[in-house]
Amino acid sequence: MRSRGLDLARGRVDLTHGAGGRATSRLVEELFQPAFDNAPLRARDDAAVLDLPPGRAVLTTDVYVVSPLFFPGGDIGRLAVCGTVNDLAMVGARPLNLTAAFVLEEGLELASLSRIVQSMAAAAREADVTIVAGDTKVVERGKGDGVFIATTGLGVVPPGVTSPGGARARPGDVVIVSGFVGDHGMAILSCRDGLAFESPIVSDTAPLGDLALAMTAVAPDIHVLRDPTRGGLATTLNEVASQSGVGIRRRERDIPVRPAVAAAAELLGIDPLYVANEGKLVAICAATDAPRLLSAMHAHPRGADAAIIGDVVEDGDHFVEITSTFGGRRILEWSSAEQLPRIC
Amino acid sequence: MKYVDEFRDGALAREIAGHIAREVDPSRRYVLMEFCGGHTHAIGRHGLAELLPDQVEMLHGPGCPVCVLPVGRLEQAVTLARRPGVTLCTFGDMVRVPGRGGESLLLAKAHGADVRVVYGPAEALRFARANPHREVVFFAIGFETTAPTTALAIQEASREGLTNFSVLCHHVLTPPAVGALLEDPSNRIGGIVGPGHVCTIVGTSPFDRFAREHGRPIVVSGFEPLDLLQSVRMLIRQMNEGRAEVENQYSRAVTREGNRNAQARVAEVFELREVFAFRGLGPVPASALRVRSPYAAWDAEHKLGVPDTDVADHPACACGEVLRGVRRPEQCRVFGTACTPDTPLGACMVSPEGACSAHYRYGRLRSAGSLVRRAGATP
Repeated sequence: MRSRGLDLARGRVDLTHGAGGRATSRLVEELFQPAFDNAPLRARDDAAVLDLPPGRAVLTTDVYVVSPLFFPGGDIGRLAVCGTVNDLAMVGARPLNLTAAFVLEEGLELASLSRIVQSMAAAAREADVTIVAGDTKVVERGKGDGVFIATTGLGVVPPGVTSPGGARARPGDVVIVSGFVGDHGMAILSCRDGLAFESPIVSDTAPLGDLALAMTAVAPDIHVLRDPTRGGLATTLNEVASQSGVGIRRRERDIPVRPAVAAAAELLGIDPLYVANEGKLVAICAATDAPRLLSAMHAHPRGADAAIIGDVVEDGDHFVEITSTFGGRRILEWSSAEQLPRIC
Repeated sequence: MKYVDEFRDGALAREIAGHIAREVDPSRRYVLMEFCGGHTHAIGRHGLAELLPDQVEMLHGPGCPVCVLPVGRLEQAVTLARRPGVTLCTFGDMVRVPGRGGESLLLAKAHGADVRVVYGPAEALRFARANPHREVVFFAIGFETTAPTTALAIQEASREGLTNFSVLCHHVLTPPAVGALLEDPSNRIGGIVGPGHVCTIVGTSPFDRFAREHGRPIVVSGFEPLDLLQSVRMLIRQMNEGRAEVENQYSRAVTREGNRNAQARVAEVFELREVFAFRGLGPVPASALRVRSPYAAWDAEHKLGVPDTDVADHPACACGEVLRGVRRPEQCRVFGTACTPDTPLGACMVSPEGACSAHYRYGRLRSAGSLVRRAGATP
């Protein structure tokens, strides 16, 4: 006879967990609900009913696919919470609620799923958001990569805060980054099949809502806020240059890169400026706001290593140009594909 | 970063650049070719061209492994990858190179082929051991630098009696390619920045005869910016003094004899092809390696029977002339318009070591006025 409860130690996801019957219900009752516990979820209605504080509502969504599921400094669950929370924060919103949809592959260990869910719950507490609705589907073995997670986030821009936007950079503005770049992508690479190398690099996956609020509190008109995820810092700055119709000039020596990240990148022939970050933001603001903003960032644990890395200039070509540590200048292009190790 | 930062000292670089500026003859042009894609990449990444006086022109050479592979050879890999049961493993740069009708290995993968990016042949070998039901083919490309590891993988497979592993071998050789460049009557090369990594394996001696027979100085160079600046200075000195010798700037890694052990492994496993058609250079005698018959069981061409077909390059693509240094990337009529890193028509736009890709990424500041915009960018 089947045991009634979920066997979180040895059990595996099977097709019944996504069929909407009793097994699905057990998954919700024994795993998701206790971890994410909140009133709308407890109500178990078809949708969460929410009261929002004053301000403008902000909505975003993202899908998370990562291999391996667990990596130094995080896992897909933490990533799925932080990534969406950060997208809300980048338009000046206070992140409030998330929904989470899981596509589980048949055969996934319930112990892994449980770890991922606990990690999501912890990240949600850290980010001060609640996960108020969700869904689970199971696909046959071989049709998924363990687990895919989609999260949708809701937040509110407080009254008095002007939403930053990618098209608002102006010549004369300064570019600030909140800390060391390249950590997340290099941490993932360091444990990929075949590339695995020993390194002290850990992912920077972290929620940035609180840091962003601390920033908008001292500088309510930050022109641009972006989290340089896929494509890295270089791609984010190119997006902004193109959207705002400006050029950006940077000095390589000003960009904070950890020595271990720089060394691993050098070894693999990868440029850390194109590597993903999951707990960093780029702020572009008027030069007069910069000192205030920088000291607010330095006072926050997620911004302790913040630094000014460049200036916005007029440039009809919308080039992001970098002066190397070495003194030469070059254009920092958009990334054109996943960063792959060079041949020799 | 220890052992790297020392070779990227900006103040020292400006000092060497100052020496170069004083030593060049103002009435003379110094046309230098860096053979290696790795050098092309480093020159771009560090903005070295800006530090050189106008008299010095750097031509990008053909030393980019994916760039010199003719489309027909790529077609072999695509054909193999499409076969049921085959897993094709190759280097990352290779998967995006457009083949026949624009079909790359990446596109073949999207259509169901099992194509995997690996860091080297050892990884392909591990995959073959772990997946005995798959026929694992390592698509081996590259110059002398990568050939020894392919040789080792074949020897290991042979020792273990691994029957589901084979190598599609398209390793090519540097000295014959240098010879072909210099024999081309349209070449403008005054001196050559020699291939540092290749020379760690083969040594500097195979290049002696080119310096002697063609009267062109060759300086084997390291890959850091100070290495390259010093090599340029050494070439200019040779040219000013009317010398044409092989000099070794990269003495911390390169010897005259090279790595004898690696050379021996390569000689055990591989033999010379009578001729190999380089993209851009055309047929070059004794310029590529194939697997020796005792190892035929691990030679994909022999084992799986894939004929080499002749496939023409994209008609608008000037890769061939770019690879020979006859045309500069920006002189190709599709450069930056139809052909960009996002939509490459030719291999030179794919690899970070390719001349067109390097010029697109790094080289456009000098010609910003005539710049070709990124397709789709809104002004």
